[in-house]
Amino acid sequence: MEKLTNRSVQINRDPMTLGEKIYIPAIAKGLSITLSHIFKKKATTSYPEEKRPFSPVYRGLHILNRDEDGRERCTACGLCALACPAEAITMEAAERKPGEEHLYREEKYAAKYEINMLRCIFCGYCEEACPKDAVYLTETLMPSNYTRESFIYKKEDLLIPEHKKQDHK
Amino acid sequence: MLLLGIDIAFLIEKVILISVILMGSLGIAMYSTWAERKVAAVMQDRIGPARAGWFGLLQPLADGIKLFMKEEIIPDRSTRFLFIMGPCLAMLTACMTSAVVPWGPDYVTASGHVISLQVADINIGILFVFGVVSLGVYGVMLGGWASNNKFSLLSSIRAASQAISYELAMGISLIALLMMTGSLSLREIVAQQHGFWDGHWFTWYFFKQPLGFLIFLVCAFAELNRAPFDLPECDSELNMGYHQEYSSMKLGFYLFSEYINMFISSAIIATLFWGGYNFPFMDKVAAGVHPLLFTLICVMALMTKIVCLILFFMFVRWTLPRFRYDQLMNLGWKGLIPLALINMLITAIAILWIFKS
Repeated sequence: MEKLTNRSVQINRDPMTLGEKIYIPAIAKGLSITLSHIFKKKATTSYPEEKRPFSPVYRGLHILNRDEDGRERCTACGLCALACPAEAITMEAAERKPGEEHLYREEKYAAKYEINMLRCIFCGYCEEACPKDAVYLTETLMPSNYTRESFIYKKEDLLIPEHKKQDHK
Repeated sequence: MLLLGIDIAFLIEKVILISVILMGSLGIAMYSTWAERKVAAVMQDRIGPARAGWFGLLQPLADGIKLFMKEEIIPDRSTRFLFIMGPCLAMLTACMTSAVVPWGPDYVTASGHVISLQVADINIGILFVFGVVSLGVYGVMLGGWASNNKFSLLSSIRAASQAISYELAMGISLIALLMMTGSLSLREIVAQQHGFWDGHWFTWYFFKQPLGFLIFLVCAFAELNRAPFDLPECDSELNMGYHQEYSSMKLGFYLFSEYINMFISSAIIATLFWGGYNFPFMDKVAAGVHPLLFTLICVMALMTKIVCLILFFMFVRWTLPRFRYDQLMNLGWKGLIPLALINMLITAIAILWIFKS
């Protein structure tokens, strides 16, 4: 039979020689290997104190963006929900009332916007699909939690805080 | 003052000594668990426990609290009495051996009162150690058997046969040593290893009995059920081995007794082969410092040797793979026992030859 790779090695089934039988040379060799590992660089990063550098295109937790006047960009067009392969995004649209122009950028806005983070696969398709530059994936890591409900992120959780309000505080 | 024919001062002195030794060995066993995890970590390029306290030093306490808090499950089909006996026996035998180890030289107070740092100077110290070590296997045996679990039973049978096989080689390797010492008392054996160099050769028995030491060390590994001979706890085929059905602090006792055993056997190895509390130039040090300080230095010397041996035990555990059962038996019966017998023969010839010339 033809070999699939040339990497296979025939197992040596000869009876052990005296040198092998007393085990000590092999044990000494093994101990020297583990000894050398004591002085090697540790692979661990102690996470909260020490962070591994992320790639610039890292896709973490989502945010809903605001425009330069602090108005919500999302118009609840539903393209993100459509693009989502994991069907993690749901939303409900609402019409902007007169006098709410400082809150919402266009006539239609998302009254409800939820992302189920247990379904989300962080592919970033929502970000790509969004025509209004509203949804973005940040470098923030997804925090762990105890209940399933807490993983359904509401609009309040996703929306970045308003600049003006923050400035006042 | 006398009570039942025993001097009360003597009684108090011994009680204090026993408490210190017991606390010491429990403390060292506690931190052995921490050290084991650290050693494993650094050898695998990790950093190990680092969260609980400085360098993870409170980790053993956290583990202890966890074990105490856990739900205690006694299987319905188990033999309840023996099930509870198992870990108790393991713990008891682990703590008993420390009685005959001389932890330091006698301290003579200014008034001429002699305080011995050995709980009991019995003249058959080594025999006592062997007796207790043989008892130790009952903890594993009873625990595994009483669990009424096939894997536990298999594991306890393994443990028993392993212990019996390796005790033989261990005993024979010690006979060679005993031919040189001419005494079974550990105190006497340590006294013979006084200093480091007697003008002709090293006084420590390691240098007179290197092969005997090697056999004894391998057998100690096997007796402790530690890797590479940890077949009783073989996680790959017997799940957890004899303590599979145990939970809460009963499991903790089993795990803990292994570490106490490791500490005590390191102490015995240090006493028999590495000169006990003796260290080089001890006579010069003794002349220069206060007797109490000298005693403390001696105790520290013994402790250093023990810690080095414990680290070696851990080092080997995280290096070598586990032996297969047939390999274990081959090594014990076909390898170590003949070797120990040959060592005995060589020693006998050497002694005769030295005494003739």
